Amino acid sequence: MALEKITQVGGRGVYVPGDDLDTDRIIPARFMKCITFDGLGEFAFYDARAFAKAEGQTHPLDDQRFTGASILFSGSNFGCGSSREHAPQALYRFGIRAIIAESFAEIFFGNSITLGMPCVVMSSEDIRSVAKLIESDPAAILTLDLTEKKLSIADMDFPLTIAVHAQEALVTGKWDAIADLLEGLDDVRTRAATLPYMAAS
Amino acid sequence: MSQTLLDKVWATHTVRTLPNGATQLLIGTHLIHEVTSPQAFGMLRDLNLKVLYPSRTFATVDHIVPTDERAEPFSDDLADAMIKALRSNCAENGITFFDLPTGKQGIVHIVGPEQGITQPGTTIACGDSHTSTHGAFGAIAFGIGTSQVRDVLATQTMAIHKPKVRRISVHGKLNPGVYAKDVILHIIRKLGVNGGLGYAYEYGGSTFDAFTQEERMTVCNMSIEGGARVGYVNPDETTFEYLKGRPYSPKGADWDAAVIRWKATASDADAHYDDAVTFDAADIAPTVTWGINPGQAIFINENVPFPSEVPEKDRATAEEAIAHMLLKPGAPIKGTKVDVAFLGSCTNGRLSDLQEVARYMKGRKVKSGVKAIVVPGSQGVASVAESMGLAEIFREAGFEWRGAGCSMCLGMNPDKLVGEQLCASSSNRNFKGRQGSPTGRTVLMSPLMVAAAAVSGEISDAREVFDIR
Ligand code: SF4
Repeated sequence: MALEKITQVGGRGVYVPGDDLDTDRIIPARFMKCITFDGLGEFAFYDARAFAKAEGQTHPLDDQRFTGASILFSGSNFGCGSSREHAPQALYRFGIRAIIAESFAEIFFGNSITLGMPCVVMSSEDIRSVAKLIESDPAAILTLDLTEKKLSIADMDFPLTIAVHAQEALVTGKWDAIADLLEGLDDVRTRAATLPYMAAS
Repeated sequence: MSQTLLDKVWATHTVRTLPNGATQLLIGTHLIHEVTSPQAFGMLRDLNLKVLYPSRTFATVDHIVPTDERAEPFSDDLADAMIKALRSNCAENGITFFDLPTGKQGIVHIVGPEQGITQPGTTIACGDSHTSTHGAFGAIAFGIGTSQVRDVLATQTMAIHKPKVRRISVHGKLNPGVYAKDVILHIIRKLGVNGGLGYAYEYGGSTFDAFTQEERMTVCNMSIEGGARVGYVNPDETTFEYLKGRPYSPKGADWDAAVIRWKATASDADAHYDDAVTFDAADIAPTVTWGINPGQAIFINENVPFPSEVPEKDRATAEEAIAHMLLKPGAPIKGTKVDVAFLGSCTNGRLSDLQEVARYMKGRKVKSGVKAIVVPGSQGVASVAESMGLAEIFREAGFEWRGAGCSMCLGMNPDKLVGEQLCASSSNRNFKGRQGSPTGRTVLMSPLMVAAAAVSGEISDAREVFDIR
């Protein structure tokens, strides 16, 4: 299975501030009553957006200035909580192609990489600086470069970090593990036969 | 020697190292449920792949099942489509399904241990972050996403990097009225909701040695709330005693051989840990959350913190929490009015939880105006509890006695908070909107504290309400 080599993500940015934005926030459980991931995009941050509206405010994801943005910025421990792949799926289907945060919860991180959606880490200072730049010029195009490990906006570069294995997986087009795993099936059977609780199967 | 249980299980389950350095890890036992599996079966069909070891996957239905009117078709079409999809996926692929009519249905993390499927020294995966529960048996158990459910179905393996291990020791005897739930809430409060990132938590020490298997499950269940994807306790006689005679436990000579193997999987006395933390059981009091993540917790006699008191990096979240919870900083949490009392979930929906609460509820009444529900974690728990007369005690006290499922732990079934209702809950997550109402408020606590809240109509100290000394 040849997958796209993801070396760069370009697009406009949107900043959703907050730490510990959990998976219930990213997609409330009541929208997970589905048997496909289709159509989940509209439910991304559903309650937060509805709240903002009710209070006469506009959530960044509904702010027309940021419509079509594909790079999402946020705080620390992004995606904590449940293992639901519905969360990264909803963001991806909303149009997000990369997430930049201070840190990520582990399962969310893995789920996102498997979709080919890079999750990269930047310092909170830099995230705030970029957020200001986006705010003052929402049309600015950002370039996330996974090979150079930097984010460029206007004539500025910001350093970023990403786990080596995830970076490699993305840039070599091996972000979905299934092909590699399938190649090892003979070894899987051999290994399983050594385990009493599996050998009986 | 000098290996942890994690090292040993990793070694016996490593298939090979993948080109990117991740381990292709054999997943001996795979548990599935209706929410995170249908898309995975869809992916298998798209890729024209088959389930490699159908006999190593077990299914149940828990998140979307109604707990009162359970006749099918469910009134919610979407929920009905989900149970039907699971049923047909299991039938097509030869997977055992603990379906509603089997009498074995329940929350996936309660059913696995109950059936004896969860065993020491094994690897377990499930498309659910509370899979860490199974670590209570000395298994290495991971919550996984749907693409990984697909991977495990098709290859019985997944690609994963080996975590570091943090040893968390708790020593001594818990004070009366303090429970396993308080221990884990305290650990998360102290180490933070992302303190466990990159780590597996190994729980031990004399407090854990004395814990029952079910208490160990309560702690391991919430490892993920502390950021640790995996949590485990080394298997011992308590573990073997629990497993003996269960439907899927080894029998006869196989049992004896298994126990010898299981003992050998425990961490060596001189095992190397990447980090170690120690707590004193005597320092822990009944704990409740005041905020919107499980780390925002205080002892029942403490006051709701001022956001200005919390470390700077947690301040914004604290402010958001106070606003959402409609609590007053600096005021006691005790006395906060409660609308709903929920006793259940994979954290605290097991028989011992219900027994402990029933013991104190006998002859007591739920305060009028409080909606109180008990939701056994499985049909197995329900039937034993009913035969022991517990259901009767709960009903007489004014609790609703429901059918097994996730219920009010999350808003995917008819059991939901309404508006700004505040729920005293024995579950594991107090995220905004978690219990089905975007403005609903969740206060996490031990089962007995839930009972105390139900009786008094406000957040209370169970030791005072039930005169525990
Ligand atoms: S009881 Fe709650 S936490 Fe446990 S599996 Fe169900 S929804 Fe998840």
